[in-house]
Amino acid sequence: MRFLMMTTDDSSSAGQNPPDEGMMAEMGRFIEEMSKAGVLLATGGLDPRPTRIESSGGKVTVTDGPYTEAKEVVVGFALIEVRTKEEAIELSKRFWQIVGDGKGVIHQVFGPEDLSGQ
Amino acid sequence: MTASDTHRTIDAVWRIESARIIAGLARMVRDIGLAEELAQDALVSALEQWPETGVPDNPGAWLMAVAKRRAVDRIRRQERLERKLEEIGHGLESTDPAPEFDTVLDTLDTEPIEDDILRLVFTACHPVLSAQSRAALTLRMLGGLTTEEIARAFLVPEPTVAQRIVRAKRTLAEAGVPFEVPEGAERAGRLASVLEVIYLIFNEGYAATGGAEWIRLDLCQEALRLGRILAGLAPQEAEVHGLVALMEIQASRSRARVGPSGEPVQLLDQDRARWDRLLIRRGFEALLRAEKLGGPPGPYVLQAAIAACHAQAATAGETDWARISALYELLVRLTPSPVVELNRAVALGMAYGPERGLELVDALVTEPALKDYHLLPSVRGDLLARLGRLEEARAEFERAAALTRNAPERAALLSRAAACAAG
Repeated sequence: MRFLMMTTDDSSSAGQNPPDEGMMAEMGRFIEEMSKAGVLLATGGLDPRPTRIESSGGKVTVTDGPYTEAKEVVVGFALIEVRTKEEAIELSKRFWQIVGDGKGVIHQVFGPEDLSGQ
Repeated sequence: MTASDTHRTIDAVWRIESARIIAGLARMVRDIGLAEELAQDALVSALEQWPETGVPDNPGAWLMAVAKRRAVDRIRRQERLERKLEEIGHGLESTDPAPEFDTVLDTLDTEPIEDDILRLVFTACHPVLSAQSRAALTLRMLGGLTTEEIARAFLVPEPTVAQRIVRAKRTLAEAGVPFEVPEGAERAGRLASVLEVIYLIFNEGYAATGGAEWIRLDLCQEALRLGRILAGLAPQEAEVHGLVALMEIQASRSRARVGPSGEPVQLLDQDRARWDRLLIRRGFEALLRAEKLGGPPGPYVLQAAIAACHAQAATAGETDWARISALYELLVRLTPSPVVELNRAVALGMAYGPERGLELVDALVTEPALKDYHLLPSVRGDLLARLGRLEEARAEFERAAALTRNAPERAALLSRAAACAAG
């Protein structure tokens, strides 16, 4: 089963302050550990100033930042392959133990086994 | 959190942590069977206590601490027993407890557990065990699977797997297999034994297609996970990366190799848009790592390179068959096998015309190992049909249809035979 784990930021300072070095090193170790555990398929950090795209009535509107209102943005992701949802949650707990305060979401990514109705 | 939630969490923790715990304990007690029992005891404690107390913040450390305590108790008891025996036997004062053990206990928290996991892999895959036993033991010790899960995956009764594991542990203990990573001349052969087990697990899952057997796709993922772990533990081994590359690329086709009604779809007929690009990319990366390490390519690197040729072709028609046949030629020199020769014949037929392929296939017709192998007449029929020798082709397709056990494949072969008969 694949899960997409994402960290989000909804503070107005999202992306203003670079993450501190100590945390980056810890994160590096966590990523290495997950990759050595054979569960990490892909990971990356995202620019917290996204380009927003909206399609309405056949018209596509593209808006670039900066945004004055604080909106939740995805700032990082990890695509993992594990056996159960609980395993994804356990790994996510470890992640947050390193990172400290924050928010995130975990989505299951559907694969062929889900399409076959099992 | 309800009790069943807690159980599911414990299950997840166990799968993440068990290999590390068993490996760490094995360093203490020098017996992977005993190490696994001690780890299981800790798991039972967790199952008893966590539903009451909640899951601890660092569940892995909790399990390790409990297991270590049990190991210490067990060893102290053993030492007291030995001392008693010694006193009775010789009337001598007891000696101090084995210093080696105390040193191990001290270093357990500081030395990297990765080294122990690698030792565990090599021990569980020791060639003194049958391939099936190695696979069961590896899934149990490294994959954290229960006996029931292993049984379901291999489609054998649970007691069979349980017995296999018990016997395997006993065999390892009786043979005095040391808990270590083999070095020197022994290493290559022992590594081959490890890779064979992982690929066997992968193929056990990959051979299954569709329907109720989707569960076995889990087995492919299990093998991939083991392979990736091994690549992290032994990054200097090109063949490990080769095996990972091979499995990643093969797994990338899972979605395309089963048709809408569960029938198998052959590689060249697959809808390549359904291939998993992420796994292909991972496979290419692993293959690059293997090639960067240099040296003559081993059998897994060669097979991965062949798989990569297919993955690289945007359409079946763009496949670089000349390169594939050259790779098969290298492979057949390393691991001579009539099945590899047959694959080489297919590649030759595609690259240089059906005559070249047929020449090699005709030499294989008398091969006893291929006597009941349906792909031999199937390949031969295809080459003959392309040469316009339709009557001979028809006979070959019919023979192949009679040999295959797969119903959809039989239907496909019979329809090819009918097409030949119709001219």
